[in-house]
Amino acid sequence: MVGQRNLEGDRTTVVAPRIAHFHSEEEVRRIAVRAQSLRIEVLKMVFKAQSGHLGGAFSAAELVASLYWHHLRIDPTQPTWSERDRFLLSKGHASALLYAALAHRGFFPVAELETFRHLSSRLNGHPDRGLPGVEIVAGPLGHGVAIGAGMALSLRMHVPKPSSLSSPSSHASRARVYVLLGDGELDAGLIWEGAMTAAKYRLGNLVAIVDCNGVQQTGATSDVMPLEPLTDKWQAFGWHVQEIDGHNVAEILNAVDRADEVHARPSVILARTTKGKGVSFMEYDHRWHGGKPDRGQYEQALAELEEGLRAWSN
Amino acid sequence: MVELAPMRRAYGEALVELGRADERVVAVSADVQTSDFSYLFSEAFPDRFFNVGIAEQCLVDVAVGLAYEGLIPFANTFAVFLASRALEPILTHLCYGKANVKLMAGYSGISPQMEGPTHHAITDIAVMRSLPGMTIVSPADAVAMRKLLPQVAAWPGPVYYRFSRQEVPVVYDEATDIRIGTATMLRDGDDVSFLAVGTLVSRCLEAAERLEREGIAAQVVDHHTIKPLDERAVVAAAEKTGALVTAEEHTVIGGLGAAVAEVVTSTGLAAPVVRVGVADRFLESGTYYEMLDKFGMSVCDLVAAAHRAITLRDERVGRVVARPTRNR
Repeated sequence: MVGQRNLEGDRTTVVAPRIAHFHSEEEVRRIAVRAQSLRIEVLKMVFKAQSGHLGGAFSAAELVASLYWHHLRIDPTQPTWSERDRFLLSKGHASALLYAALAHRGFFPVAELETFRHLSSRLNGHPDRGLPGVEIVAGPLGHGVAIGAGMALSLRMHVPKPSSLSSPSSHASRARVYVLLGDGELDAGLIWEGAMTAAKYRLGNLVAIVDCNGVQQTGATSDVMPLEPLTDKWQAFGWHVQEIDGHNVAEILNAVDRADEVHARPSVILARTTKGKGVSFMEYDHRWHGGKPDRGQYEQALAELEEGLRAWSN
Repeated sequence: MVELAPMRRAYGEALVELGRADERVVAVSADVQTSDFSYLFSEAFPDRFFNVGIAEQCLVDVAVGLAYEGLIPFANTFAVFLASRALEPILTHLCYGKANVKLMAGYSGISPQMEGPTHHAITDIAVMRSLPGMTIVSPADAVAMRKLLPQVAAWPGPVYYRFSRQEVPVVYDEATDIRIGTATMLRDGDDVSFLAVGTLVSRCLEAAERLEREGIAAQVVDHHTIKPLDERAVVAAAEKTGALVTAEEHTVIGGLGAAVAEVVTSTGLAAPVVRVGVADRFLESGTYYEMLDKFGMSVCDLVAAAHRAITLRDERVGRVVARPTRNR
């Protein structure tokens, strides 16, 4: 019952997809399976390290899977390709999810995931730019929108930018910037400084996605620092706003497509999600923001996630 | 008569020149372009100038995004705000993330003068010096400003470029070669060394002239690059004169004086280091030169510091090494 209280905002305001499903059921299912597989990978990584953040990784699994396995124009063999879409993980504590996605997408060996948070690993507690595919250092919260705004400004400038030696670009780029934020992260004033800057410069090539799981480290976002009405806030800051079910892959795919069609202003997708999604005893519980599972909890969580995977696979 | 030249105008003009030479140079401002004269850049290159408003963390982060895309952003605001409000983005993304952002710290030291203690930047060198990967450069005059700025742009990685808002005495001639990382000897002497940075370089030159009238030969070295410090120049001064005076418009804690003392104590050289700067306190509103004089950074203070360094050296030499003193 804690869970019901922890949900911030009225769930009934979630709107159904406004565009008919352009994406096949098979495509949606493939991505949903990938999202659940990422959760399992993240669980294994955090259990092995006995350290990390499960709740906010599980809530964002469909968002990350939809981007990395469908939407982003990226080439794992050329992590610094100048025309790549930029994905900025602003909620850096979901590092295990990003690492799992990058490894399974081919940016570095999957075997390296076992080194998560260990000494001499490239997979630090929070991401840094030493790892192929990681665009920004993250961990200290609140940076994604402002850095994304700087990148988006640069991408539309007509100047030589040697960001890739193989394909130097002297033209405005088609590449777009996608920033994944947590909702607790919206407590930080810097987010809104960046939001104003992005609106001022009419950055249509910038998309923010907020993983609105309603829970942060010490409790519900509604208790820690009330954020709603988020739609009104972002609209007032000059952004195009969509609100979706962040675990519904079809809605996610439609929303990012629609965001890409917005010109001359930045776009935000408020993805309503469940913290700890997929594991019954973790859902809605702030203690699983950074909690580490013991063996019994690990085995139960693994069993539940694998059951969820089978449900999608059948 | 000493020639004065405005640092702000020199900065704005140098930035425009840099913008002409390199298309990758862009400027971001926290709405201070009329204060630090980066408005000259905004007029010359309106498409390459971004005003993020009074938002210093955003200033740094937008510059980070621009830098990661291969541009060379110059982020402009007052020194005190870069080294306080904007510090976490600087630590996280410039130093750890290696974003190639150039921090243009105008209004250094007590050069904001009458704006008062909230605007004085007297702790920034200490703060910036502790950050891994940060380079700190501070020009002594308008000539050094012009000569060092293109080097700042070309320098690999983040730079904290600290400069005065005042009109300051010209100490360099155009022919002098100034290089980031190499301290510049402006005057040589055998008896005592002034190791200085920024505006106090000119006051050290004045102090050296007064000492000369007393028969004391002082050398003056401009440590425009505070980090990485030219350690060989510090060692050379300690070996040559054995009496060091540091001078900076900054608290005597953690700045150039501390950096010099760290080098001296690590090398086993027995040279005293007398630090001239702001005591561990906040100052007041007042005119610039009045405040330098009132708060321990007058030419008289520098002369007295030189005497003290010489006395300390001679007492130590007499006591510890038991060899004839140099100057008696």
